Amino acid sequence: MTLHDQNYNFGYLDEQTKRMVRRALLKALAIPGYQVPFASREMPMPYGWGTGGVQVTAACLTPEDTLKVIDQGADDTTNAVSIRKFFQRTAGVAVTEHTEQASLIQTRHRIPETPLTEGQILVYQVPIPEPLRFLEPRETETRRMHALEDYGLMYVKLYEDIAHNGEISTAYAYPVKVEGRYVMDPSPIPRFDNPKLESAAIQLFGAGREQRIYALPPYCQVVSLDFEDHPFEASKADHDCDLCGCATSYLDEIIVDDAGGRMFICSDTDFCAGRQAAGHIGRLSGKDTA
Amino acid sequence: MTPLLQVKGVTKHYGARLGCGDVSLDLYPGEVMGIVGESGSGKSTLLSCLAGHLMPDAGEVIYDTRAQGPRDVLGMSEPERRMLGRTDWAFVHQNPRDGLRMGVSAGANVGERLMAVGARHYGQIREQAVDWLGRVEIAADRIDDRPRAFSGGMQQRLQIARNLVTGPRLVFMDEPTGGLDVSVQARLLDLLRGLVREMGLSAIVVTHDLAVVRLLADRLMVMKDGAVVETGLTDQVLDDPQHGYTQLLVSSVLQV
Repeated sequence: MTLHDQNYNFGYLDEQTKRMVRRALLKALAIPGYQVPFASREMPMPYGWGTGGVQVTAACLTPEDTLKVIDQGADDTTNAVSIRKFFQRTAGVAVTEHTEQASLIQTRHRIPETPLTEGQILVYQVPIPEPLRFLEPRETETRRMHALEDYGLMYVKLYEDIAHNGEISTAYAYPVKVEGRYVMDPSPIPRFDNPKLESAAIQLFGAGREQRIYALPPYCQVVSLDFEDHPFEASKADHDCDLCGCATSYLDEIIVDDAGGRMFICSDTDFCAGRQAAGHIGRLSGKDTA
Repeated sequence: MTPLLQVKGVTKHYGARLGCGDVSLDLYPGEVMGIVGESGSGKSTLLSCLAGHLMPDAGEVIYDTRAQGPRDVLGMSEPERRMLGRTDWAFVHQNPRDGLRMGVSAGANVGERLMAVGARHYGQIREQAVDWLGRVEIAADRIDDRPRAFSGGMQQRLQIARNLVTGPRLVFMDEPTGGLDVSVQARLLDLLRGLVREMGLSAIVVTHDLAVVRLLADRLMVMKDGAVVETGLTDQVLDDPQHGYTQLLVSSVLQV
């Protein structure tokens, strides 16, 4: 094992801390969807920037790993760049922007468009792990509700959505039921990504400030909650990508001038770049939109 | 006939102080029992013990469940007790804020119990909510308003609708008319009396308002300092009080 920077232990965290996190991860994998408390450490970044995800990533990294970090689907935004640099410096691992080449992907609020494969690990940054939090503020009570599988209240929220908006308007952090048992917050991914939670990869969720870790083992059953007469629907903007023409990917809307001009582009930058390199074109390809 | 609820020697201490002592009663299907007494006499403690909100120090609370016949409620597991609390039982709090979910609409408040026992069809839940709001005289166009926007009387009626939507057999009421003005009280009592008769509910009503028990209750229990001092038919107790405290209580009512 070669260390890139001798001032840091491999992967920044000390070995005892990694051991503690790994124990929590194993327990989380054994009970899919259950929130395991862990002794979250102070990290050299503010809460809300992915302290939970970074600790999980640090505990999972090996020197042979190839790391990819995305923020809202993009490889090149502040959060993604700084976390990627952090692990380049403290672990010296190889990094990539290509989903297929990565063995470990840390993500903030998206699942890559390219289907994940066996052997890959997807680490989520989670701000608020408790799906019932905004309905029931007491932690003692929400824990009891999970223990007793008392999830009627979750449906009250969906009912309110329909009553006020005519449809289930929860567009992100859409609650799911895991293996018919625990209701879980899939972190604030768009509900478009919910079907992708049933995956061949290991999915780990880390909430640093809230000190919780939970997980989805490969191929585990994940069902989005809904009503019989208002079934779950994975929604996205009703457009094609303006750069690569993809009609099936999740899109970001970008305002391009102050005259109402806008463009829609894939939120997954690696996926979009890959399609453009393969010759796909969209409505605004080749034009200077800046 | 099997009593719906049998209470045997329920005792609850708060430290060295007595909450309620050695209370026993039988409640038969379709019967309304009133519990009166002054503040601090142990009425609410007793009700909380019966409803499973407080664990008594001694005694038994035996409920005639639909599926398994008479069972000791205090010996049930927490999920069983919760299930009972939201299907066969109802609890109407004195302050509607304790019994309602103030952050969600009236419809969701009524629907919550349905969803908690497994209803997953939005249209049907809403239909039942509309039906129940109508029964407690709340206009159907208020269904998407939050309880905050309701008057005190409406909040109390909403709480009743929310509790009765699953068709319970036993209702616990803690001062259901407390804090309401007299004309609203009268209408609420009228409504409650109608619902109790129509649905054949059994109820235990705790109050310090003798007019409430006169209108609602078949039988009456008078409590003082944590103990039952007198029981009997409502009219009998109110018109011919035997115990000194009951006499004081009855004669304290202002005649207008």
